Amino acid sequence: MNYFSLFNLPETLTLDTQALASSYQTLQKLTHPDKFATASAQDRRIAMQKNAQVNDGYSVLKHPLTRAQHLLSLRGLTIDNEQHTLGDPEFLMQQMEWRETLEEIGSDENALEQMQDDIQALIRDKLTALDAMFEEDGSDNEDIANEIRKLTFIYKFSAQVEAQLDKLDDF
Amino acid sequence: MALLQIAEPGQSAAPHQRKLAVGIDLGTTNSLVATVRSGQPQTLPDSQGRTLLPSVVRYHGGEKTIGFPAQADANNDPVNTIVSVKRFLGKSQDEILATWPNLPYHFVQQSQGVALLADGKSRNPVEISADILRHLRHRAEASLGDELTGAVITVPAYFDDAQRQSTKDAAKLAGLHVLRLLNEPTAAAIAYGLDSGREGLIAVYDLGGGTFDISILRLHKGVFEVLSTGGNASLGGDDFDHAIVQHWTTQWELSESQQKSQYRRLVSLAKATKQALSDAPSITQTIDIDGQSFDASLERETFENLIAPLIKQTVKACRRALKDAEVSADEVLAVVMVGGSTRVPLVRVQVGEFFGQEPLTSIDPDQVVALGAASQADILAGNKPDNEMLLLDVLPLSLGIETMGGLVEKIIPRNTTIPVAKAQEFTTFKDGQTAMMVHVLQGERELVDDCRSLAKFTLTGIPPMTAGAAHIRVTFQVDADGLLNVTAQEKSTGVQAEIQVKPSFGLAEEHIAEMLKASMANAKDDMQQRMLKEQQVEAARVLEALEAALDEHRELLSEEEFAQLRQSMDTLAEISQGHSTDAIKAQIEVVDNASQAFAARRMDISIQQALAGKQVQDI
Repeated sequence: MNYFSLFNLPETLTLDTQALASSYQTLQKLTHPDKFATASAQDRRIAMQKNAQVNDGYSVLKHPLTRAQHLLSLRGLTIDNEQHTLGDPEFLMQQMEWRETLEEIGSDENALEQMQDDIQALIRDKLTALDAMFEEDGSDNEDIANEIRKLTFIYKFSAQVEAQLDKLDDF
Repeated sequence: MALLQIAEPGQSAAPHQRKLAVGIDLGTTNSLVATVRSGQPQTLPDSQGRTLLPSVVRYHGGEKTIGFPAQADANNDPVNTIVSVKRFLGKSQDEILATWPNLPYHFVQQSQGVALLADGKSRNPVEISADILRHLRHRAEASLGDELTGAVITVPAYFDDAQRQSTKDAAKLAGLHVLRLLNEPTAAAIAYGLDSGREGLIAVYDLGGGTFDISILRLHKGVFEVLSTGGNASLGGDDFDHAIVQHWTTQWELSESQQKSQYRRLVSLAKATKQALSDAPSITQTIDIDGQSFDASLERETFENLIAPLIKQTVKACRRALKDAEVSADEVLAVVMVGGSTRVPLVRVQVGEFFGQEPLTSIDPDQVVALGAASQADILAGNKPDNEMLLLDVLPLSLGIETMGGLVEKIIPRNTTIPVAKAQEFTTFKDGQTAMMVHVLQGERELVDDCRSLAKFTLTGIPPMTAGAAHIRVTFQVDADGLLNVTAQEKSTGVQAEIQVKPSFGLAEEHIAEMLKASMANAKDDMQQRMLKEQQVEAARVLEALEAALDEHRELLSEEEFAQLRQSMDTLAEISQGHSTDAIKAQIEVVDNASQAFAARRMDISIQQALAGKQVQDI
């Protein structure tokens, strides 16, 4: 299933989120089961299946990380839900450093926020680089996959920092 | 002179006849029924003008009483008077007793879950809920003068699959056609949305008798989107009453047996005190227990100290719901208050403080859910064909399966927009293995023991192969009501594996059918006649829809496909005039098969046209 064509959008990592939201609403109005409440059982079933695809497509296209994974799978390599360890020693070192820093920071709110800002900037850089890789002729799927795996880790780490910030909010 | 309309026998001459549909708020403490009349949603009162129906059923001397008279007897006959049965829907006996150890009822464990023994007969929570729903159905039919086409029934947003399924089963048992299960807070937002037509983020704070829900919704161009839901399925105004009772009994040093025997009385007094404190700063009163007089006075400040921790819990859930929706409190445009407990001033103040604005309270917080449900029922029944409003809902709790070591692997995360379908692949771990067990769970925790067990599926008929060679694709599908359906297929051979569903809670399909049969026998309903009529209506619906589709999109079919479909339709038209329910059902299936590809192509064409049209507009 190519979600870009379902939503009538160009196959690119950088996406017009307004156009995505607008396609989503149009598709919802055409396929939502409530629009078929008095239709035959078969039409209801087909609408529900299509609507489930629309919902899944929206959740995949909405987030840059899953969007990147989907783009790669359209190029023939599926890497979502995989158990894969990165073989990049430099990146592994950086991961460890980040974790140590996070531990040292503990509950220092300003430092945590600074760290989150840095991570967000890094994510933006990585996405720009990935976008270029997708657009370039002759990019290797494995190279792209490795960049996406790194990005997956960075997003996870960002969520950890966010969770630490949340804990501070609770008191 | 107007032209006379002549219709085919069995077909309606008035296609735009208004369909009778109602919204029902099946509440823990009170239930209501509402409908749309002259464009306005309104609750339907009983013969004495009361709109609320206490969710209380008393079984006594082979008879049952429902609502106010049952409530009046609750103190005298606590064992046979079932109060707030909604709490027990989709729950096991252990869970019920762990949460409410002091209930006066006789619980009996049955193969199909828990039942309550009252008036010498055991009834499960689905049957008792059906008694309340049937009462409301009769009230609506008496008031509207005809049979109902369907109903929208509301459920707490936090209800899991077992609780939703139980609610739907109860409606079925009560003879209601369920158009949709609707989340209570969403219904409340509809009630306000229709009046004010606001756009933006809306928070719905729903503190009822026994449950608390918070929902964050987005209204945009006629689409209601639930961004997140949260709450607590066992926190509500009843806990406020309980806190007051505890305060008194500790103060008075009542013995344990006195506490138990006086519990109902004290709860009633606490409830009245709580309500009075909404307007008065303090209440002075006494109560006699076993000949002794106790001072049951209470100041609002003391009351507020008692309930502050409970309100704090709700505010915490609000914060979490905002986080899940990835929005902040200052982005919220309006806060809707639902449920009788939001009349407590401290609740309004704390919620207002958290969201930084005065919450909306202009619609009666007891009625707002039923009114919204009625509006939605009116739309779903087809009374407003031009209505553009659309309601998107989310899965309230994550769905997952048991993996090695008693851990849960999430397959569909909470707050995913529904309907949704997700597939997961499994493989065999032994040579020649032909069966496999899948344990489906719902909840957010990592351990199986901490989640709600929904069902255990045994997949059989897997072709014998070497270990790891069979690939079984299990598809989890959640419909618009939030109900789960599971199918499985072995990929390499295409063999459709059989699934045995064993619901861990609630009732199996056959059990529902049995209860339905029994209830219809009682009501002197002719079950066979009714089933025949249902199939005839479905056949007419299928044919009518296909004729319309063929008029528009005949070109999507090859000559051969068209001939085949046409023939199956002609046969169906003929058979549906007869009296064999099974034959009609079988022929509908033949037509369905013959038109499946056609239906899918039509859907795709309509999507392409709509999106292309949009693009042209954009330019």
